[in-house]
Parts: sequence; structure tokens; C-alpha cells
Amino acid sequence: MNILYHIGRYVLLLRETFARPERLSLYWSRTVEEMDLLGVKSLGIVALLSAFMGAVITIQTKTNIDSPLIQAWVVGFATRQSTILEFSPTVISLILAGKVGSNIAAEIGSMRVKEQIDALDIMGVNSAGYLILPKIVATMLINPFLIMISMFLGIFGGWLAGVQTGVVVSDDFIMGIQLGFKPYHVVYALIKTVVFAFIITTVSAYQGYYTRGGTREVGISSTRAVVYSDVMILLANLVLTQALLL
Amino acid sequence: MIVVEGLGKRFGDVQVIDGIDAVFQKGRVNQIIGRSGSGKSVMAKCMVGLHRPEKGRVLYEGRSFHDMDAEEKRGIRQRIGMLFQGSALFDSLTVIENVMFPLRMFGLMAKSEMEDRAHTCLKRVSIIDKDQLFPAELSGGMQKRVGIARAIAMNPEYLFCDEPNSGLDPQTSIVIDDLIKEITEEFGTTTIVITHDMNSVMETGEHILFIHKGRKWWEGTREQLLRSDNKELNEFVFAGSLMREVKRSLTGEE
Repeated sequence: MNILYHIGRYVLLLRETFARPERLSLYWSRTVEEMDLLGVKSLGIVALLSAFMGAVITIQTKTNIDSPLIQAWVVGFATRQSTILEFSPTVISLILAGKVGSNIAAEIGSMRVKEQIDALDIMGVNSAGYLILPKIVATMLINPFLIMISMFLGIFGGWLAGVQTGVVVSDDFIMGIQLGFKPYHVVYALIKTVVFAFIITTVSAYQGYYTRGGTREVGISSTRAVVYSDVMILLANLVLTQALLL
Repeated sequence: MIVVEGLGKRFGDVQVIDGIDAVFQKGRVNQIIGRSGSGKSVMAKCMVGLHRPEKGRVLYEGRSFHDMDAEEKRGIRQRIGMLFQGSALFDSLTVIENVMFPLRMFGLMAKSEMEDRAHTCLKRVSIIDKDQLFPAELSGGMQKRVGIARAIAMNPEYLFCDEPNSGLDPQTSIVIDDLIKEITEEFGTTTIVITHDMNSVMETGEHILFIHKGRKWWEGTREQLLRSDNKELNEFVFAGSLMREVKRSLTGEE
């Protein structure tokens, strides 16, 4: 029953969020601000993680398939496939759920306990729409760019580490990342990214919006936002992979 | 004018307010007083639509608020100004942006007009040269004043103030009380102040409603309050030695 209650309240919150905005220009300027706050400011961590993870994938792949029967280009191929299909869209989204999700829940939760959301409601402003919609639009627009950057840096990090450590020759690696490339895999990854962005933003906003109490509860909401977003991302990942790849 | 008829609200098994009737007249400071947890804030939240009451009605100019459709409710809310206990200013906006916020949101005027209006409101609450600061850079009293400026930016017909003196020193409390009284007279608003500060009641209370155990226990003027023989009201009002001294000097009673 408790789960049904939360699902119902989440759906009602989404209905309020997508109601007609009072002033579209104000919503758009907030969306641009959120793109900077939630997207551009996450670029550093995404770049760092992607480059290092790409490097580790390359070295581990080489270590695990070190056989004369397996051709050298397989290392580049495996790095590309792992990065595009899973690491960049899913693992980076899980990490963004930690950074962006906790930020959203803490911001909206603080506004709730400080009565700022009540103030919006009393002014006649649709508080859910004003606070949540720009975040949803911002993350759904900016996250695909973050993930594309992550894909590039992951593969680049793999090439750099592979060549520098001598586990793979540059030409073999490049041949591997070009071999059997299916553009649809990138489309699949970007579809997942957009869905995950929606999950991160709405689940975290839900946790923040219904925070009751004080600063301790804001902390609890932030933690829940990350945990529930992660669980939902993993479930959605399974469903989308079955629906889009099988 | 706001009329409350048989208002009742329950949270789970707890009946927080029950069967409250009241009439709040235009152009005067109406005060809802009572001990912490008596239900006065819940009553105010039902009146502004933050809580939906299980029983009763809240009538704005004769029309039941909770029976209105969303658009009508929005229209009424745009005529309500509210000062919150913690001011509820938006942290990420400067003082001037906070005051301009409702004007910007509803696009009622050009930007220069909005700025003029915001400056007029800030001047009215004696906040000068602080318009570019953020709320965190202001003292509690100043935040309250900015909260009042934001509440009056849309020329409200109804002004709600939730514990306007909480956390303020006595001198600043008097400044805020005077400001609320002056604005009520100047703009002819229906003002409702939720408080348990007896200094504030003595300074500004014209029509006082005492809520006890979720019910309307007593109603009257400041003068009637000092001479009332209602036991629970007297225990609340004359809990402090200063108020007991006031009563003694007025009535000669010990």
C-alpha cells in the first residue's frame, strides 16, 4: 500500500509539474540556469571519470583476453562497446544521480522546510511546475551532450592508456573502435540517457518536494533521492535494453 | 472581508481545529492568538488554501475558496500577501528580485515599472540601499521587512502574517507591528496576524480571536481581553508578570 501511495503521489506531482506554465519566458530562463547548474557544472566529474574508466577498461580487457587466438583489435572493440552501450549512459547516469539528484532533493527540500514553496503557492504560482519543470527539461537536454562527451573521453582514455602502457598498438586499437560500428548503439545509449535524466530529476524532486520537518529530513530526502533514482535507473536499464536491443 | 464557517481540520487521528466560526473585517488588524499547538497556524493555512479543511468553508467576499476551480483560486491567491514566520525569502534571489518576483511571474507590468514598484515597497518598509543584497546577508528584522515588501508588492486585499515577531528583539518587533498596522490602514487590507506575543496584541490587536484546543474559545477587542473572566484566556494572556501588572493597573485586581 505504501508503494502505491508513493506512486500515486508521484504521478499527481508530475501532472502538476506539466501544467501550463504561468510565464513561459521565466521558465525558459530558469531552464538555462539549470542547464548550467546541473549539466555544465557536472562536466568536470564526468570527464575525469570517463577518461579513467576508459583507461581501466582497456587495460583489464587486454589482461583478460591475452591469448594468441584473439586478435589485437578486440581490445579497442571491447572498450568502444562497453563505453557506448553501458559505461557512459548507465554508470555516468548513476553517478549523476548522486551529484545532481542529491542537489535537486536538497534544494527543493530546503525550500519546503523554509516555507518558500508555501510562499510560491500562496502567490498563486504553480510551485511544482516552477521548481521542477525547468530541471526536467534542462537535464533531458544537457545530459545527452554530457554522455557523448563521456563516450569520446572514455574511448580516448582507453587509447591513451593502452598506447602509453604498451598493452595495445595504436593502429590495432583504432581499427577495433571502427570495426562493426553501429550508429544505432549511440541512439540506444542516448535514449537511455534521456530516460535516466527524467528519472533522476523527477524522483529527486519528488523526494525534495514532500520533505517534512527540518534539516535532518532534508538530508534523509537527499539520500533517498540517490538510492531510489539508482534503483529506478537499474530497472529502466533492464527494460530499455530488452526493448531496444533484443 | 473573510468569513470562516465551521472550519475543521484533522491530521490522522488528531482533530487539530474544529468548528471555528469567525469574521475578519477589512481595514483592521485581526489577530489569532493561542498557545503553541493550539491550531492557529493550521487555521491560517486552511484559510489561504495550503491545507484543505475536512469541514466548513472559507469565504472570500462571499465565495467559498475551497469550492473554486484552480483558476479562481489562483485569482484569489494573487490578492493575498503573506508574511511567513521565517520570512520565506528566496535564497538565490537578491532583495529586489524577491520583491519583484510576484510581479515578474504574472507579467503585470514592464521591467522598469516593476523595479519602480519594488523600490516603492522597499522604501515603504524602510529598506534602502540593500536591494542588491541576498537574504542571508540581512538581519532577521530586515528579512521580515523585505517579506512585508514582497507581500504588498501586488497590492494585496488580504494580508496574512504568521508569527511576525518571532525571533526579533522587542524594539524591532514594535517596528514590524507598526508597519503591519500602518499598511493595513493605508491599503485597507483585511489583515490577519497569527501570534502569541502579547506585546504585539496590545500594540496592534483590534479584533482578537483566542484559539484553545482547536476551538474558538474567545473573541473580542483588546479592551475586552484585559477585562475578560475567561479562565483559559486569562491563563494565556496574563502568564507573564508584565501583563499581570497591566491588568492590576487597569482593574485593581490582584
